[in-house]
Amino acid sequence: MRLSGEKWVQRALFAVSFSAIGGLLLIALFILKEGLPFIFNVGIENFLFAKKWEPQAGLFGILPMIVASLWVTAGAMIMGAPLGVAGAVFLVEFTPKSVMRVIKPTIELLAGIPSVVYGFIGVMVLAPLIRSHLGGPGLSVLAASLILGVMILPTVISISIDAITAVPNSYREGSFALGATRWQTVRMVVLKAARSGIVASIILGMGRAIGETMAVIMVAGNAVKIPHSSLDSVRTLTANIALEMGYATGLHRQALFATGVVLFVVIMILNSAASAMVKNRMGGRK
Amino acid sequence: MRIPPRFSQGIVVSILGLATLVTLSILIFIIGFILEKGLPVVGLGFLFTLPQDMGRAGGIFPTVVASILLPLIAVCIAVPLGVGTAVYLTEYTRESAVTRIIRFGADCLAGIPSIIFGLFGFIFFVTILRMGWSLLSGGLTLALMILPTLIRTTEEAIKAVPNAYREVSYSLGATRLRTVWRVVLPNALPGIVTGVMLGVGRSVGETAAVIFTAGSSLRLPSSIFDSARTMSVHFYILAREGISTENAYGTAAVLILSVLAINAVAYGLMNRFIRRRS
Amino acid sequence: MPKFTVQKLNTFYGKNQALKSVTLDVEANQILGIIGPAGSGKTSFLRTLNRLNDLLPDFRMEGRILLDGEDIYHPKMEPVMLRRRVGMVFALPVPLPMSIYDNIVYGPRLTGVRQTSRLDEIVEKSLQSAFLWDEVKDRLNSSGLRLSGGQQQRLCLARVLALDPEVILLDEPCSGLDPISTAKIEEALTVLKSAFTVILVTNNTMQASRVADRTAFFLMGELVEYGWTDKLFTHPDDDRTNSYITGRFG
Repeated sequence: MRLSGEKWVQRALFAVSFSAIGGLLLIALFILKEGLPFIFNVGIENFLFAKKWEPQAGLFGILPMIVASLWVTAGAMIMGAPLGVAGAVFLVEFTPKSVMRVIKPTIELLAGIPSVVYGFIGVMVLAPLIRSHLGGPGLSVLAASLILGVMILPTVISISIDAITAVPNSYREGSFALGATRWQTVRMVVLKAARSGIVASIILGMGRAIGETMAVIMVAGNAVKIPHSSLDSVRTLTANIALEMGYATGLHRQALFATGVVLFVVIMILNSAASAMVKNRMGGRK
Repeated sequence: MRIPPRFSQGIVVSILGLATLVTLSILIFIIGFILEKGLPVVGLGFLFTLPQDMGRAGGIFPTVVASILLPLIAVCIAVPLGVGTAVYLTEYTRESAVTRIIRFGADCLAGIPSIIFGLFGFIFFVTILRMGWSLLSGGLTLALMILPTLIRTTEEAIKAVPNAYREVSYSLGATRLRTVWRVVLPNALPGIVTGVMLGVGRSVGETAAVIFTAGSSLRLPSSIFDSARTMSVHFYILAREGISTENAYGTAAVLILSVLAINAVAYGLMNRFIRRRS
Repeated sequence: MPKFTVQKLNTFYGKNQALKSVTLDVEANQILGIIGPAGSGKTSFLRTLNRLNDLLPDFRMEGRILLDGEDIYHPKMEPVMLRRRVGMVFALPVPLPMSIYDNIVYGPRLTGVRQTSRLDEIVEKSLQSAFLWDEVKDRLNSSGLRLSGGQQQRLCLARVLALDPEVILLDEPCSGLDPISTAKIEEALTVLKSAFTVILVTNNTMQASRVADRTAFFLMGELVEYGWTDKLFTHPDDDRTNSYITGRFG
């Protein structure tokens, strides 16, 4: 009857469920295929540690871009992480549940704003402000850091809120029963318990910041040089790929793919670290 | 001098509250700013007429069409794959090394930045598979991007279906396929739709992956093999090349409103789903 | 020939043994009542008869169960086919989230019945046999979830009857119901036994004594005593049976 069809259905679904990992492998395969040969040809010192990026002259040093990405991301974390965690703590511990029920979805809604819009605001509002009050071209590391910081806020807040709400109420009650104020309880008990989740949220935010392309292109200035101050114009790894991919050929194109490989590896490491933190929390507490 | 705990708590709470306020204000400012500058430009004419002079004048109709078609294609590809994966993981197997590998694949996919998707889509779909810059290339690439979210939300929705329904179905002599198709999936539908809407929302706002796969042709697409420009790509080009600040604001306003509306529907559905369960 | 022959049935959930060497025959066209305190294996026994326990990954069984002489755990026996011959009503009424009509025809549709006229016939006949027809005949398209508890349970009974099974298993079907609904279900069972074989698990000994022709007493996974209901309740052979019935434990 139709009953033997069950086995086929199971096999078909099994095949389908490998689409995600299949896609992942394809992506890894092709990025590596286009980028790795380049790295071996040109050599890591001439790629990762060289300062000059002049494709026409055959120079493919991405050190300025690496420094730019690191600096911009660091700035974004300095701004976004404390603000995000503070917001999460305030919303969970110091406001009534009804407030959270409205605000959390609102923040998640705001996470849907396209990155190009953030970039645009950076160009129209932030950069001129920086230029007139602090000097420099305006389109700078500072502008990029601020915009990225805002962009990662929804991620950090949302995941931190989840981590903090997951702390069992019995912990809090135990602390209160010993005469502690709410803030003391939060500081000494809740934050410690939620630590791995909060750290995970920050790591994920960092991943988003490093991988962000469009907003950064619009506000960072895109000059290929190692920045010496936050007001300098810079070009990140992602911006480099996006700006030159349209017309790059041959070795130049391979160099861009190689940059993609670097990004890919860094992000994989960050994401694994974040998952490890979350799993630690789940498994380590019983 | 020891600061009394109540006092220091008061200070801390004020700082935290301020931080929250700052956060919310920034985010609300962004939306407000765009809408204020952009809504005056938006009207039925803007939405439905063709652009002229590379977007300096005229409307954004082709981009609206592209922004509808592209997520649609992505969803048509991603939903069977994502729902199939979720069904397999929940209904057809138990936790094992295999399921962990599948989940790992999905989680990793979720963390990849959009520019890498763009690179991949360009090399694989546009070049090697010779699909060229097209809605199809873009749709396939976006499908990969939204797949992890779809798998996750569908899994949660399926898990939320009470086991009693499954037992009853089996006890009436139904096969697993029948039980899943007739009882489990219809019950999990609101959750699945939420995942779809979140994926659509992400697709509409996506730029880096789309530019390198769907291209940026301003012509009205007539088939999925045509190149097309979505609203977010159009906005990016208008803003960056300085073509028309006014139209840029207008496009941004439409973009933001669409994304907000889509996400609001998604979360509204999710809440109704959760409330119905409890 | 007895309807079910159970020989030396042992069941295990992982490392825990639920049933110990249970042997009994279930006669056709009778109501078998199964009584015993919680955890005695009554539900496990029932779920072995329609192989619903197959859904649990840790389940293992030893022994033989024959339905009309055929081994129901034989590799050639499809659980799906078995469950159409042996239907089950659960303790908590679980209408599927569909209309009353769709609930009833869910099973028949699976067997390939498509004609609307035939389906309508089945719906009316099943609801009548479950003593529910008069109450719902005007709202067959409304959701099954809107009925009261007692009505939902009768709906579940009708749903099973729609498949025209040979055996009906009921697992504490009246545990959440008011006395009137309970009476209606008991009345239905008494009528139904002439056409079906009924096995009724109940933790209400009074119900067993009212309804069952034969009764089996399970305690801690063992079948302690099995016989005609009258005899078991008035002159039980085993002391443990006596203690349970008179309320000294359980």
